[in-house]
Amino acid sequence: MTGVKMLALYKDMLLIRRFEEKLVELCRVEGKIPGMMILCTGQEAVAAGACGALEPDDVIIGNHRSHGHLIAKGADPKLIMAEIFGKRTGYNKGKSGTLHIAAPEVNALCTTTVVGGGIPIAVGTAFAQQYKKNRSVTVCFFGDGAADEGSFHEALNLAALWRLPVIFICENNVYAGAQRMEEHTRVKDVALRAAAYGMTGEVVDGNNAVAVYEAVAGARQRCLDGEGPALLECKTYRWRGHGELDHQVYQPKEEIAVWMQRCPVKGLENRLLADGLVTKAALVEMEEEVSAVVEEAVRFAEESPWPAPEEALEDVYV
Amino acid sequence: MQQLTMGQAIRQALAEEMHRDPDVFVAGEGVGQGIHESPLMPTYGLLKEFGPERVKDTPVSEAAIAGLAVGAAVIGLRPVVEIMFNPFFTIASDQIVNHAAKLRYLSGGKSKFPLVVRIKSGAGGSAGCQHAHNLEAWVAHCPGLKVVMPATPADAKGLLTAAIRDDNPVVFLEDMALYFVPGPVPEGEYVLPLGAAEIKKPGADVTVVTWSKMLGAAFKAAAALAGEGIDVEVVDLRTLAPLDRETVLNSVQKTGRLVVLHEACRTGGFGGEIAALAAEEAFGFLKAPVKRVAAPDIPVPFSPPLEQFYIPGEKQLIEAVRAVMG
Repeated sequence: MTGVKMLALYKDMLLIRRFEEKLVELCRVEGKIPGMMILCTGQEAVAAGACGALEPDDVIIGNHRSHGHLIAKGADPKLIMAEIFGKRTGYNKGKSGTLHIAAPEVNALCTTTVVGGGIPIAVGTAFAQQYKKNRSVTVCFFGDGAADEGSFHEALNLAALWRLPVIFICENNVYAGAQRMEEHTRVKDVALRAAAYGMTGEVVDGNNAVAVYEAVAGARQRCLDGEGPALLECKTYRWRGHGELDHQVYQPKEEIAVWMQRCPVKGLENRLLADGLVTKAALVEMEEEVSAVVEEAVRFAEESPWPAPEEALEDVYV
Repeated sequence: MQQLTMGQAIRQALAEEMHRDPDVFVAGEGVGQGIHESPLMPTYGLLKEFGPERVKDTPVSEAAIAGLAVGAAVIGLRPVVEIMFNPFFTIASDQIVNHAAKLRYLSGGKSKFPLVVRIKSGAGGSAGCQHAHNLEAWVAHCPGLKVVMPATPADAKGLLTAAIRDDNPVVFLEDMALYFVPGPVPEGEYVLPLGAAEIKKPGADVTVVTWSKMLGAAFKAAAALAGEGIDVEVVDLRTLAPLDRETVLNSVQKTGRLVVLHEACRTGGFGGEIAALAAEEAFGFLKAPVKRVAAPDIPVPFSPPLEQFYIPGEKQLIEAVRAVMG
């Protein structure tokens, strides 16, 4: 991987981290965000590494924890923020909020909060990519809990059968709701299930953006070579609760502390510095740049108009 | 005009649209090589004609079949997927109800999902209640979906063609008994609008609103009642969503009497929606209370005499019409 690419991954992660830190403030302190707030803090390396290995034509399908996926795929933070606020200027005119943002402009075609619901859809987008022979792939993000859904089984079986160009990325963040892995399945790795479908399964260090990037880039190439799908299980950890209303009573404080020591953003920062790929001064500059992007997104969202109530009636049918 | 059964008419619509538009493909359990192989079945011979790239036999995976349609549609293909029997819709329903129907709305109108889910439905073959259960009211209750239930071979061709060309997700419910009933079908391109009911038989005294297989019972009842001097107007809804309120209301305003006939069970059935429409919009025109003729609130039974008891027919409709005529 080039230094430029590694720096780009770092910048994506930093933006995701700062964007979500701002959301915590807006949501918890200022009370400006309607509804739920589900964050990916601690998991930024999966989003940045995976999307960093994709081309613009590649499709991503997200889940309830998708701010990072959207930002890393190149979605505009202003339009994401406005959508989170419920404003008319948001990506989806206030119809989706934080949970279901679609940004077709960057081929983030669907974010679905039905656990496991996006997995069969990824089969469909990958089928269309194969059908149209347009040499692109689909990446589908889901959690360890989604791997227990029936849709996971049906979709992976079909994707393998038809050798579809799809990369299933299970972000194993240790908890499915309040359940640890051993409380919801007998296998130790979700990736082991790949063998049951006749596809490649791989456990990846989900806190290492470079490792995720390399795994996805390899899987992507195999997809384009007609070798079919892959299941990548990125082992990571969510620092925060399932959502911001979750008091995390089931997450030992010591455990959180251990994982915070393995911070994916800090980890890559240290590596960049150690390899001489960035200077401290450049990092300070980048930090300022990212903060400005976040502040601008908030300003845009706050100044944007609400949708008119009757706009609720629009966009049901074409 | 050519005479085709509904199964053949559906096949003709599928083949014509596949020839016209390379983005149209079909997928489902046995749509290529199936266990119900017959020249009267809707996907007969498509595999031979269009090849395995466009006629996709799938595993027994209803959720994946429906998800395949949703994902392929958002990228611009026009999938026509088949759910083998109406009760199996429940396994596919997350994809159809939570995704196909809602993702356009969630996108703020940016994305579209031009897909068709064909579902074999209807009782009458002693298949039992896990293979027969008309669930049209469920799907009609989901904004974002269009719901079509044709009653004649010609309508099936014209409506399926329209459904495939429509940019919205369409649930297309085919009554299997009708697969084998012939009727005249226009040759070549034939497109009917979705959301337009048709007065299949004009009449002056009482409006019967029905759809799908029950149209046959309505015709029989109308013929019998004509002998008693009762002139029945038969309105075939053809599509439940969008609902052609105007045609229904015009008819009710003209006749002043309404009986709704459907095969699905009574409580929560779509007949209630038609009755409510008349009550809200045409109450002043009604000369008698609205009546519904529907199946009893039981699962579809297996044994032939039990199943025949279940399926409403002209006998019950005749009684209901006589009752509203006072």
